Amino acid sequence: MSAPEQRRLIFQHIDEPGYTNDIACYLRNGGYEVLKKSIGRKPEDLIAEVKKSGVRGRGGAGFPCGVKWGLVDRKSGKPIYLIVNADESEPGTFKDRYIMHQDPHQLIEGIMISCFANNVKQAYIYIRGEFPHGARILETAIAEAREQNFVGPDVLGSGYSCEIYVHRGAGAYICGEETGLIESLEGKRAYPRIKPPYFPAVLGLYQCPTIVNNVETLCHVKHIVDMGGDAYTKIGTPNNTGTRIFCVSGHVQRPGYYEFETGKITMGQLLNEVCGGPLPGRKFKAVIPGGSSAKILKFGERFKGKTRAGEEYDWGVEDVPMDFDSLGMIGTMGGSGGVIVMDDSVNMVEALANINAFYAHESCGQCTPCREGSLWMKKITSRMVHGEARVEDGALLKSVADQIPGRTICAFGEACSWPTQSFLAKFGDEFTQYPAAPKSLRPNGATELI
Amino acid sequence: MNLKPDTLKRIDEVIPHYPSKRSATLPLLHLIQEDAGYISPEAIEWIAAKLELEPINVYELVTFYPMFRQQPIGRRHIKVCRTLSCALMGGYKTCATFEKEFNTRAGPGEISPDGEVTVEFVECLASCGTAPVVMIDDELHEKVDAAKAKQLSDQIKAEAGQKKGASRP
Ligand SMILES: Cc1cc2nc3c(=O)[nH]c(=O)nc-3n(C[C@H](O)[C@H](O)[C@H](O)COP(=O)(O)O)c2cc1C
Ligand code: SF4
Ligand code: FES
Repeated sequence: MSAPEQRRLIFQHIDEPGYTNDIACYLRNGGYEVLKKSIGRKPEDLIAEVKKSGVRGRGGAGFPCGVKWGLVDRKSGKPIYLIVNADESEPGTFKDRYIMHQDPHQLIEGIMISCFANNVKQAYIYIRGEFPHGARILETAIAEAREQNFVGPDVLGSGYSCEIYVHRGAGAYICGEETGLIESLEGKRAYPRIKPPYFPAVLGLYQCPTIVNNVETLCHVKHIVDMGGDAYTKIGTPNNTGTRIFCVSGHVQRPGYYEFETGKITMGQLLNEVCGGPLPGRKFKAVIPGGSSAKILKFGERFKGKTRAGEEYDWGVEDVPMDFDSLGMIGTMGGSGGVIVMDDSVNMVEALANINAFYAHESCGQCTPCREGSLWMKKITSRMVHGEARVEDGALLKSVADQIPGRTICAFGEACSWPTQSFLAKFGDEFTQYPAAPKSLRPNGATELI
Repeated sequence: MNLKPDTLKRIDEVIPHYPSKRSATLPLLHLIQEDAGYISPEAIEWIAAKLELEPINVYELVTFYPMFRQQPIGRRHIKVCRTLSCALMGGYKTCATFEKEFNTRAGPGEISPDGEVTVEFVECLASCGTAPVVMIDDELHEKVDAAKAKQLSDQIKAEAGQKKGASRP
């Protein structure tokens, strides 16, 4: 079966010749029409459309957006805030950057519709500090939109007012975690909060009800309101509605971003047909399907089981449909859509050492299992790579990884232990060559990873 | 504090974006670092006074967020991504090339002997599809293999030479 055509909803104008990020171009392409229509509707109806659409968050956890909006405390009398999560720091993920750079008004329109639907008067775009251009582009776009009365006081003469501000982070991955982000926006270190009691929908920014949504999710809102929630469910597959952007990086012929109906394309189609297959003379060895926190898959392994609908499946890695549920069924996740591909030149101990160095650097340090565990895992894989492993190191690595998840304030604990757990489960033989291994473990032609 | 008038203007513009002044700490740190090159103890005191905070409230952010520094760096800042996708495509070689070209070591506190660059390894820059990637000051450079790293180094050296030439009487 050959790969389906791309279905570009969010990325329809990305890389289109002549398409620019100024408001005139956006308006020529029908921009802000959906906002105009939305302002004349009842906010409850807009929320109902998003609920009906079933759209799941594109930031990592895949939580249904409509359900999240439904949890917002609307009776407290306090202002409700919307925070746009533009931190995009999950390794392997690079979609939000293109939306903000090339189509910022699509995001602003999505934000304004979402703000109107939820009676939000103030929204913040939390953008990672490493995107200085992105921040400037967004500020310019907001100013343009304000000039045309799409943002600011009395939007389109409706009496509804709403401001959007851009807030830059400063290089910490944990600011992507929603409560860490809120702390950071309050001017503190990005220490995630203990949930409960701090569910952002009730006690978020400044202890007020707060919605945190990913950039891509908010762009979907615009299209959902445009076509109606029911029509949106016709795109994709049940419980995995809409389109999904896959960011593919690593060892393929054509890395890049591709948008498909969710669940309509398999991993094999994506990697072999869309991305042109492995590099010359190489074979695929492993793939991380949803950002570096997702559990790794090994080419050649098989997955058997029953779907929710009761159908039996027997898949190789290449047969797995790229959707939240299927990837969840085989023990990994769709996460943020970042697909990282490794071929047979890669030494898995080095690859894991690289990932572990990332997590050890990024732990916020509040919880002992996470702070100490991530550093300990890094130290073990690093000494393995440098030929200084101890006899007990394989078992020790597993034991450390197993003691982190479920014992921490935020999901970083899971995120940092899943790579180690899954690498050991699937490539354990590569980890047992130690400590007798020589200093250089790189197979012929392989690159340094650490 | 000797801040440029434009920096002061932007500081006054950004504070009212938030219902709580404390929220403006990160923006102020960015603005001052852009102006002065780094965050000095004086800057920490200044921000604290401006936002009605204790200096420790500001200092704890300077040490938590990797982008802030307390010492000056080279005239140009070369940040090489070290995370997996870039490493798979040769990011470590890219970094080694910059180190060799400028006779320096990658590290947050390092400055090349000529004062020209600080080379640093950073985590994923969210451009993994065009790996390996490098940021030089505010500019992202994609697919920077060792050869392109050499080219960029030559360019930086040429620009430095021109500047020196131009300032000669
Ligand atoms: C450690 C960690 C890092 C995260 N990083 C990001 C990120 O960079 N961008 C993002 O949108 N969500 C990130 N998330 C997920 C957010 O916490 C949150 O679920 C998301 O922004 C909600 O938006 P959505 O429902 O629209 O997906 C991260 C979560 C964790 C636990
Ligand atoms: S799990 Fe890690 S990142 Fe999350 S709060 Fe604890 S120490 Fe911080
Ligand atoms: S891994 Fe280098 S940009 Fe993402």
